[in-house]
Amino acid sequence: MSRDTRLAWINGLLLPLMNILTAFAATAILFLLINVNPIEAAKTLLYGAFGYGEGIGYTFYYTTNFIFTGLAVAIAFHAGLFNIGGEGQAYIGGLGAGLVVFMLFPGLSPWLMIPASIFGAMLFGGIWAMAPGYLQAYRGSHIVITTIMFNFLAATLMVYLLVKVLREPGKMTPQSVLFPDNAWLPFVHDVLPAFGIEMERSPLNLSIVLALVMAVLVWFFLWQTRWGYAIRATGRNASAAVYAGISQKKIIMVAMCISGALAGLVGINELLGYHHRIIMNFHIGYGFGGIAVALMGRNHPFGIVIAALLFGTLYQGGAELAFEWSNISRDIVVVMQGLVILFCGALEYMYKPWLVRWLAPVKEVQA
Amino acid sequence: MQSTLLNKMVKGLSLALVTSAVSLSAMAADVAPAVVYSDAGKFDKSFSEAVWNNGVKRFMDETGIEVKEAEPTNLAQVEQYLKRLAKRGHSPIVAVGFSQANAVSAAAAAYPDAQFTLIDMVVPEPNVQNVVFKEHEGSFLVGVLAAMKSESNVVGFVGGMDIPLISRFGCGYEQGAKYQSADITVLQNMTGSTPAAFGNPSKGAELTRTQMEGGADVIFAAAGGTGNGVYQAAADAGKYAIGVDSNQNHLHPGTMLTSMVKRVGEATYQSYKAAQNGTWAPGVQVMGLAEGGVDWAIDEHNRGLVSAQMEARVNDVKAKIIAGEIVVHDYMSDNACSY
Repeated sequence: MSRDTRLAWINGLLLPLMNILTAFAATAILFLLINVNPIEAAKTLLYGAFGYGEGIGYTFYYTTNFIFTGLAVAIAFHAGLFNIGGEGQAYIGGLGAGLVVFMLFPGLSPWLMIPASIFGAMLFGGIWAMAPGYLQAYRGSHIVITTIMFNFLAATLMVYLLVKVLREPGKMTPQSVLFPDNAWLPFVHDVLPAFGIEMERSPLNLSIVLALVMAVLVWFFLWQTRWGYAIRATGRNASAAVYAGISQKKIIMVAMCISGALAGLVGINELLGYHHRIIMNFHIGYGFGGIAVALMGRNHPFGIVIAALLFGTLYQGGAELAFEWSNISRDIVVVMQGLVILFCGALEYMYKPWLVRWLAPVKEVQA
Repeated sequence: MQSTLLNKMVKGLSLALVTSAVSLSAMAADVAPAVVYSDAGKFDKSFSEAVWNNGVKRFMDETGIEVKEAEPTNLAQVEQYLKRLAKRGHSPIVAVGFSQANAVSAAAAAYPDAQFTLIDMVVPEPNVQNVVFKEHEGSFLVGVLAAMKSESNVVGFVGGMDIPLISRFGCGYEQGAKYQSADITVLQNMTGSTPAAFGNPSKGAELTRTQMEGGADVIFAAAGGTGNGVYQAAADAGKYAIGVDSNQNHLHPGTMLTSMVKRVGEATYQSYKAAQNGTWAPGVQVMGLAEGGVDWAIDEHNRGLVSAQMEARVNDVKAKIIAGEIVVHDYMSDNACSY
């Protein structure tokens, strides 16, 4: 095996694996400190996430959200932009999805209604991300600052709309009316019986298919198209890209727009897929979770899908842990997720120099 | 292979649990109560904690019956937990907070034999008991007291998340203050537009300082954990603050003028107790001043701040509200503070 192949294996498989094992080891120590048997806890977590139909459904339902936001962060990251506005873009994406449903006439075929709504989510999410993109490209306002500010703008706007404009008449809850049936994305537990498979009820819906399709499309876009190449070139070395005739302004706008559109799809999974109305705060946590997912997935769609699955597992399995074990509170679950992010993200290269020296040393050149 | 075995075991187990719960409820002596806290968390020093302290914990201490608790982190989890609890035969299940309404609706339809008690919102299901509070009445009272205590004739209100439920506190407070002193200025601020607004003490302190610069010398916080910052800032400046939900008078004795208590814990406790006695009934319970659902708190910590004249006045207004002589406008009836 050549040194390059060995390095690729170290980077792509060995390092993430060792990082995650370290994170689990740290979690195990934490559990021992609070008198929880780590093996039993791991069993509860895994059983909760994969042991039965409903659990599996929840795991993949969360995974879907993380795939969308993970891809969103990755696209921007490839252009050298750190989009931390996934929360707001997801929230506004949900608004777009809902508005399309309410604007189109209620008897429309779901075959038209759902794609139109998906388009609405992507459009709104994209526009919401393009505003900070514009400010970065043409005014030099830093994208990290503006995107996080736009999260708060999104929250404020949505509260205003849900309380004053879109609220179901005669109801006190700040939420819209129920979507008509033709805007309901089918649940997986309703679809699978057609193929002879029975599954317990869960919020998992066909958005998971959309998420996987998006992962493939993002891969194709980034590595097989000129636009994708231009984005990656800008991210690697902006001045070289400019020298090569790539307009940095245009790339920032395009990357942010696609990034926001992907984040906006969280609204499809949450609203068209599960809640079936525009509600408050369906997006909380997924936008920021997407950053960790992209980081762990090495900004590659395949890695992102795997990392999203890990996060989905931690979400659902963690909920199960907090539910079943009286001495594990939901905050311990957050600590557990934090340890995974710490070791897989922040301390990503902790083992690397050591591994490289051991497995892929640079051959000394004989003089 | 192993997973199917596990599956069978769990199914068998949950079936056993369900059947045992059914046979137990037939005896109407034992209950298997449960609670799902709001997503602000169990220990928020305010709303959820009142449910725990005065409801769940009290019931467990008195009866020795364990209450199964769940703390969700997102909305999908609320429904998951409610259904799981119902599936395992828990009943009654107390759902804390308005944001659980949709989930309660779905869970109640899926498990018609389970009893659900929803706090702060109404869901029209045959097996749901809805407990809502007239926060505007309690807020009116503390508004009257604030106006009497204020020397600058300016009082403040710091709300949590900008939603109609919180505006209901602010609007009641404003009406009370104006009832007492028609030309008083009531400064009002909301902390934010996300649920984090209920847990942001530093922002609460910031808003309080701003209001104090504007002349306010009594500030009422209806903002969950954010309130802690409000009380601290008021205490630091030697001004007065009014607590909410739990009796928070003890937090800063000497500057905590009073608290607008909302007896969510009592509602929880009563729900469990009623189920134990076999008197649990679905429907809507509106808990106002007359029902003791909301009130103002006077105890050894704020006795020195409230003169006999003030106390008499507030109790007089309270009696008038109960008698219907004063009608406090409810912000949520028309989404406006028009009175």
